[in-house]
Amino acid sequence: MPRVSFEHITKTYGQVQVLDDLNLAIDDGDFLVLLGPSGCGKTTLLNLLAGLLDVTDGRIMIGDRDVTDVDPKDRGLAMVFQSYALYPTKTVHGNLKFGLAASKLPREEIEKRIAWAAKLLQIEPLLNRKPANLSGGQRQRVAIGRALVKNVGVFLFDEPLSNLDAKLRTEMRLEIKKLHDTLKHTIVYVTHDQIEAMTMATKIAVMNGGVIQQFGTPDDIYERPANLFVASFIGSPGMNLRPAKLAVGGGKVEAVFPSGVRFDVSDYNFVAPPKDGEDVIAGLRPEHFLVGAGDGAATFDIPVQYAERTGPDASAYFNFENELLALRVDPDIAARLKPGEHATVRYLRGKANLFDARSGQRM
Amino acid sequence: MSEITIAARNAKGEVTVSRAPYFPRKKKTITGRSIAVLVFLALCALFFCIPLYVVVVTSFKTMDQIREGAMFSLPYVWTLEAWDHAWNSACSGINCNGLKVGFWSSVSILIPSLILSIGISMITGYALALWNVRWAGAFLFILFICAFVPFQIIMFPLISMTAALKVYGSIWGVALVHAVLAMPVLTLIFRNYYKDIPQEIMSAAVMDSGSFWRIFTEIILPMSGNILIVVLIMQITSIWNDYLIGVTFGGPGSQPMTVNLANLITISTGVTRYNDNMAAALLTAIPPLVIYFFVGKLFVQGITAGAIKG
Repeated sequence: MPRVSFEHITKTYGQVQVLDDLNLAIDDGDFLVLLGPSGCGKTTLLNLLAGLLDVTDGRIMIGDRDVTDVDPKDRGLAMVFQSYALYPTKTVHGNLKFGLAASKLPREEIEKRIAWAAKLLQIEPLLNRKPANLSGGQRQRVAIGRALVKNVGVFLFDEPLSNLDAKLRTEMRLEIKKLHDTLKHTIVYVTHDQIEAMTMATKIAVMNGGVIQQFGTPDDIYERPANLFVASFIGSPGMNLRPAKLAVGGGKVEAVFPSGVRFDVSDYNFVAPPKDGEDVIAGLRPEHFLVGAGDGAATFDIPVQYAERTGPDASAYFNFENELLALRVDPDIAARLKPGEHATVRYLRGKANLFDARSGQRM
Repeated sequence: MSEITIAARNAKGEVTVSRAPYFPRKKKTITGRSIAVLVFLALCALFFCIPLYVVVVTSFKTMDQIREGAMFSLPYVWTLEAWDHAWNSACSGINCNGLKVGFWSSVSILIPSLILSIGISMITGYALALWNVRWAGAFLFILFICAFVPFQIIMFPLISMTAALKVYGSIWGVALVHAVLAMPVLTLIFRNYYKDIPQEIMSAAVMDSGSFWRIFTEIILPMSGNILIVVLIMQITSIWNDYLIGVTFGGPGSQPMTVNLANLITISTGVTRYNDNMAAALLTAIPPLVIYFFVGKLFVQGITAGAIKG
């Protein structure tokens, strides 16, 4: 299974520059998710790798091969599309076969591979049906099957689950994850759904405005976001981002909020030594709050705005400095929080994120 | 506007009745306007039907009855004599073999013309719609302009061109000119139809095979059924009914039925045999009608079918 790398990729459409000097390397067997909001260039990047678009400048390598100017079919890739893109006039069998017949493989080999993929994806009973007679989930399986039979090292997925309902999406998510665990292909997967990214990826590249904001494991991205964009993009409810000033002295480093609440960040891993009076943005994950007094980096005594329950989880929103502060709480605690009443909440030690207020970068 | 009563139970369980205005649907009535429309449509229908009636009844009459002059009367004796004569032994010029000569040469013009004109414009449309063709926009614009060039303007240059290609005066000459003249409109039709094929299907095909012809024959052609029927009917009708191209580019023996018909009617000596002429005209008009009867339903489906759903 080859390694894929993008080297100094630039892509312009007329006057519009979509990607500028982008570098990214995907290790052999990695499940890379390109994550970002609409229009961030993630699909463009995928299409460049697939060869459906031409790069303006730069080089794409698959294994040791420079594929920048190689035809799509010769790149050793298989792709699953958002709308499945099954050939409507061919049966499922014909759909799986088309890519193989074009590669002039012997017939027994073709039939063997189709049988293998059909078994793996449990679409054997559907082989003689036309795509119009399949449900969304079945079409999705066929589309994946069409990629699998090609027996290539690199798979590309372009938002493959976005046309499915919530239940099927969860099922297919697990299935794709399972396929990757068994077959160990290198996968590049484009999505705007952070749940998909967090659950399936071994590596995530968060993109915005054609620039890779952060590249790392899902844990890295979630626990140690590199900048304000990543911090706010990942997580639901999102990270609470609040301006504060650093106070260094007496062997302690504290972030002081405008209302005077002091937040102890002595245990924070600063990249550069903290300076007194520096403007920062404190990023506080909703799930790192605890309701009730006790030991913590900071204690807030603030009024409840409202609480909402989403099945096993509950979110509570407090008013802190006239803005909402989101907390993840236990459902039974949420039931006891009455809007308007004050409650004491504390924040766990060692879990805070600090960003430079000017550059937006992690400190 | 009228009122409707609404009964409901309130919290105490008592039934309360309230009234609300409602707007009844307008009933369909015959108005002056709809009568005017009906009369107009009926006149339009008569405009076509009366001459057709005369043609049909005349073709079944004997010459004796025709000489009496009562155009609208039904035949005293229904006879197929005129039809037989027109088909088998009517004279056009010195040949007295009837219309059947023209019929078969029309058929032999029709088939290569259809294949050539539809084949060329289908593939051009496919390339323009689904592949990155340099200057595709400019090419389409030129095609669009060409669709408005009257045939008569380019007739003489076309004659010398087909003569240079050594196809002038043969069935192939006629077929070639039909293909060339139909290409602008047909290419636009095919191109617009193929434009509706989802881009992702094309991307998938390009990644699977990448071959222009393979994708066309295996993926695109099977998806073209609807539009093929529409174009087929259009082309059959226009090629069959064509006179000018046939008379100009077809040599002796390769002139279509329409030319045969015209000769038969204009170059006969002696009395004008109206019944023969009418039967001959009807015989010439029948083939496209038959096509319409058989595939008319598919034609409508083909026109209304829009995008191709997967």
